[in-house]
Amino acid sequence: MAVCIAVIAKENYPLYIRSTPTENELKFHYMVHTSLDVVDEKISAMGKALVDQRELYLGLLYPTEDYKVYGYVTNSKVKFVMVVDSSNTALRDNEIRSMFRKLHNSYTDVMCNPFYNPGDRIQSRAFDNMVMSMMIQVC
Amino acid sequence: MMSKNDGEIRFGNLAELHGTKVQIPYLTTEKNSFKRMDDEDKQETQSPTMSPLASPPSSPPHYQRVPLSHGYSKLRSGTEQMHPAPYEARQPLVQPEGPSSGGPGAKPLRHQASLIRSFSVERELQDNNSNYLDEPWRITEEQREYYVNQFRSLQPDPSSFISGSVAKNFFTKSKLSIPELSYIWELSDADCDGALTLPEFCAAFHLIVARKNGYPLPEGLPPTLQPEYLQAAFPKPKWECALFDSYSGSMPANQQPRDLNRMEKTSVKDMADFPVPTQDVTGDDKQALKSTVNEVLPKDVSEDPATPKDSNSLKARPRSRSYSSTSIEEAMKRGEDPPTPPPRPQKTHSRASSLDLNKVFQPSVPATKSGLLPPPPALPPRPCPSQISYHSVNSELSTQPKLPAQLPNYGDFRLQEQSEQASEAALLPQLNRAPSQAAESSPAKKDIPYSQPPSKPIRRKFRPENQATENQEPSTTVGGPASVATVKPHPTVQ
Repeated sequence: MAVCIAVIAKENYPLYIRSTPTENELKFHYMVHTSLDVVDEKISAMGKALVDQRELYLGLLYPTEDYKVYGYVTNSKVKFVMVVDSSNTALRDNEIRSMFRKLHNSYTDVMCNPFYNPGDRIQSRAFDNMVMSMMIQVC
Repeated sequence: MMSKNDGEIRFGNLAELHGTKVQIPYLTTEKNSFKRMDDEDKQETQSPTMSPLASPPSSPPHYQRVPLSHGYSKLRSGTEQMHPAPYEARQPLVQPEGPSSGGPGAKPLRHQASLIRSFSVERELQDNNSNYLDEPWRITEEQREYYVNQFRSLQPDPSSFISGSVAKNFFTKSKLSIPELSYIWELSDADCDGALTLPEFCAAFHLIVARKNGYPLPEGLPPTLQPEYLQAAFPKPKWECALFDSYSGSMPANQQPRDLNRMEKTSVKDMADFPVPTQDVTGDDKQALKSTVNEVLPKDVSEDPATPKDSNSLKARPRSRSYSSTSIEEAMKRGEDPPTPPPRPQKTHSRASSLDLNKVFQPSVPATKSGLLPPPPALPPRPCPSQISYHSVNSELSTQPKLPAQLPNYGDFRLQEQSEQASEAALLPQLNRAPSQAAESSPAKKDIPYSQPPSKPIRRKFRPENQATENQEPSTTVGGPASVATVKPHPTVQ
């Protein structure tokens, strides 16, 4: 369903980016990068409230003519950005939320691995497989 | 399974191996005996000559492998043929039981000597079994024992977890790359909780060993390494067994079915509870091996306790194996288990373990203090000794040497233990004297000690350690409470 999924660290550098190879990947990378500004905007907007009251799911960050970009932030300021094909109108908000939830769970599993240093690129095969499963459906 | 054959073959092989050099800790001895049973994949790799794995891993007797060349290629999944030589050590021993396998396998083991014990053992594990059918991902008894021992060295409580950081430090010693280790962890930590239970640990260790032997890591956790499978396949490891080995013989049968039903988490617990059955069985085996081979590896000591557990639980065979070996050895084995770092003190008490390792170790510790002997053994017994034992075993087997010393006096069961320990200690030069004594006295004395712990008091006096051992023996009767009780009398006796 998604055409691109990215995990961005707290310092705004990517931990993991994967796109469907059909498109120009650079375009997706650029979209993810620009969406970070929107994410920060949303975080600061919600920042007035206590952090724990802030919802993790950010919703649609910004739509383009071809794609929609959704965002999700964890409590440790790790961001998940998902680019979805606009033509895929069947995708509902709930589905996007569930996809982010799965992403978050997989990310947590990656974190549990003692050999993973936070801040490293994510090379977990399980995480990769999970992301691929989410992306393949779209294609 | 192996028991009968194992004993015989073992000796033969051991002798061979011994000559070359048994670097591999306990593996050579124990592995052989156990290996046979599982003859997991690893073996195959090692000795092409031997017909390994052909038989299904689960049943030891089958282990007689089919012509090695066959399985060999197959098992290896056609890709990685591990270098049989180094790892063969384990296999060869096991193989001996089967047709023609004994000789070749033994040699390779010796090569291992240079490798680090812990990891060298791993290699062996790998080679040993490659079950034909099951690929190298099946864990043999010996391997399992080894893993369990290692687990115990990191975490005394077999039903508990090893934290991520502890496991990371431990696995990093294997010199594998971090990404590979990360992937292995990912495969083995089934519940992704950042900690490893015993089955998970065994799976991870096995994967590391396989990887070091050249096997590519699988895409997914093999079915034989699943925690549930491991739980069922290896009911309570030695943890508990060490103490009970002599008495638990009958239990193993019962235990097994229980294990099967449990999930990994529970099974771990079971393992702990099982002390009785497994111990006896494995203990015997180990003892036999030890005595004969005189494993140099310090690990053996630790391993012995572990191995007996696993092997015991699974089968009665170990008993028979020891049977095949000299009677003395059997006795020694029994004794051995207790001396080696007994797994969990609490558990052991429940069973009538003759040797309360806890006691054994405890005294050693308090003994140093001098004068504390009588009181300490009585009280804590379990938790401390195990802990201590682990430390001692792992770090320096200091406890072991002590035990043998103590035991010789008793001549009874304890002696046997000592002798066994001594054999292990042989690795560590310290015990030289103990073994001789123990061996001789053990067979005869075995029975005596149980019945009359108090007789020993004399000995104890000069050796604080003896108390521990003595305590252990008397405990056999009841297990936990008894052991404690026995402990007390000893101090008084002295």
